Amino acid sequence: MDPQTVTVLTQQFFNALTLGAIYALIALGYTMVYGIIELINFAHGEIFMVGAFIAMFFLTSIGFSGSIPDPLTLAAVLALTFLVTMTVLGFIGVGIERFAYRPLRNAPRLAPLITAIGVSFILQNVVQIWRGPSPVNTPQLLTHNVRFDIGAASIGYLNIFIFLVAVVLMVALQLFVGRTRLGRAMRSTAQDREAAQLMGVNINSTIAITFFIGSALAGAAGIVYGLYFGSIQFTIGFVAGLKAFTAAVLGGIGNLAGAALGGFFIGFIEVAAAQIGYARWTPAFVFGVLILVLVFRPSGLLGQPIGERA
Amino acid sequence: MSDAAVAAPERREALLRARRVTKRFGGLVAVRETDLEIPAGSIVSLIGPNGAGKTTFFNVLAGILDPTGGEIEFRGQRMIARPVRAWLEPVLWVLPSVLILLVAVAVFAVTRSVLALQVLVLVAIGLLITTLLLAIIRPLRYRQLLPRFGVFRSARPNDMVTAGVGRTFQNIRLFQNMTVLENVLVGMHSRLHSTAVDAILNSKRHQREEAASRDRARQLLGLVGLRGRDDVIARNLPYGDQRRLEIARALASDPVLLLLDEPTAGMNPRETSEMMALIAKLRSELGLTILLIEHDMRVVMGISDRITVLDHGERIAEGTPEEVRRDPKVIEAYLGRPAA
Repeated sequence: MDPQTVTVLTQQFFNALTLGAIYALIALGYTMVYGIIELINFAHGEIFMVGAFIAMFFLTSIGFSGSIPDPLTLAAVLALTFLVTMTVLGFIGVGIERFAYRPLRNAPRLAPLITAIGVSFILQNVVQIWRGPSPVNTPQLLTHNVRFDIGAASIGYLNIFIFLVAVVLMVALQLFVGRTRLGRAMRSTAQDREAAQLMGVNINSTIAITFFIGSALAGAAGIVYGLYFGSIQFTIGFVAGLKAFTAAVLGGIGNLAGAALGGFFIGFIEVAAAQIGYARWTPAFVFGVLILVLVFRPSGLLGQPIGERA
Repeated sequence: MSDAAVAAPERREALLRARRVTKRFGGLVAVRETDLEIPAGSIVSLIGPNGAGKTTFFNVLAGILDPTGGEIEFRGQRMIARPVRAWLEPVLWVLPSVLILLVAVAVFAVTRSVLALQVLVLVAIGLLITTLLLAIIRPLRYRQLLPRFGVFRSARPNDMVTAGVGRTFQNIRLFQNMTVLENVLVGMHSRLHSTAVDAILNSKRHQREEAASRDRARQLLGLVGLRGRDDVIARNLPYGDQRRLEIARALASDPVLLLLDEPTAGMNPRETSEMMALIAKLRSELGLTILLIEHDMRVVMGISDRITVLDHGERIAEGTPEEVRRDPKVIEAYLGRPAA
């Protein structure tokens, strides 16, 4: 391979990682909610969008609208943004579950699904009224100009940061679900809700915690989306949500590792499609791969055969 | 049997008392005005032909089904009854804000002050958000407030577990994809206190609690005879061991009353007598009170202190195994009326 190609490929590799990290963070919320109450939460993409707006609103209202050169201040502001946005989003998620989905928990499956679509319209319209229909610029705390070199390729620190944020959150989630009391409660509720309740697990609060975590992760994705793309609009939730949903299905819905894998997979497909010159056709590539995978592995890459769930 | 009967004194404080419990499904009366008393420290059995309403009654006791009538007291506290004024709760969420909105409109009508209107509307919105947050978090004060407005909510299954009722299932319902140890740890859930914050910070308290709960879980597994099988995935256990694991999981919530739904169903005679020995051990070593639903008459007659017989949703007999065995109504329910 000639050096030029290597450079481009390295560069694109990091772009794919970044994009994949964002999709993976959103996909985790889809897969968690599906795992525990078997609901495709179509409002989840919108929660991600609200996260991007809340992060933008928070940053501008505490007076940061441009890049911050001082690393210490930057770290502090970023940490604060993540804390605030993720908490607010968590509560929004819990509220949506409490008032839109819980009353329908024993209703036929279609009812909460339609409600989820309704909730997504509500969120979109509220944000549209709040910030208007046109794209809004987000504070670029860490500009794309801050870069380092690998060979001839130059990689933005922002890409690395986003990837690291996603990985740290995923590892934390995995530990939380695998090793703690509340994680056990979540897994037992997912496997057999009634039995879990009869063993003393408060399924209402367990499901609420699931929504909190899922929405907080979508909030984190919203923050990094704003940082990376520099401009947000009330419609970004739809497309990103659809792709993240695809990622969750691709990885095997209900499976956390699968959602993460699926997210990165989709990131790579998109970047690859753009690289070979079909940037406009990326959705076609993404959904084409989805169809292929589902034909040969109907339960997704890491999903268990139908009839059993993790 | 006689040993067990001697061990239980004549009159003891009733741990659980069901009064005139009725459950209707549409036109069908599954349980009609049934009473049941379970004295502390005893083994009480609930028997009856298929379709007699045993399982429905059991599910009402466990808090799965709200009864149509009657009530159940556990440790002297009314836990389960038909809910009263449950509709009032959502009204209470919005009522304060609605009142303030009305005041706002009234003030505006009188004073024509836009500022006052804006302030009051903001207060109303703030109040609404606060009450909704309270409804989500449900702090203790909030829950204590509800009865003052005459709202009674029947206990949910997890409330019954917290109060001290553990149970097993007729058809095994372990968490099949979790390990043996994890199944027991889920059973311990209501007795552990570490919060999400503890877990994230991996605090001392969290570490100590996790370690202690693992020790306790291993101890319980030893008690039911599953020592050293901690990391086996539950679905790979043999049938008899799965039943034992269910008991260990039920014991993990430190119950005072254990509800066993056909614990020997599908077992061979050897497994059955082992299970009987285990149940007797649970009472003698852990001081548990046990309510048993069972089909196997040998088990029922062998370990029960008192037996309640249901037929067509009604209690037709209650007494010691000897009394029940001789009761003509019971014989009729099981064998049919002798040909005239």
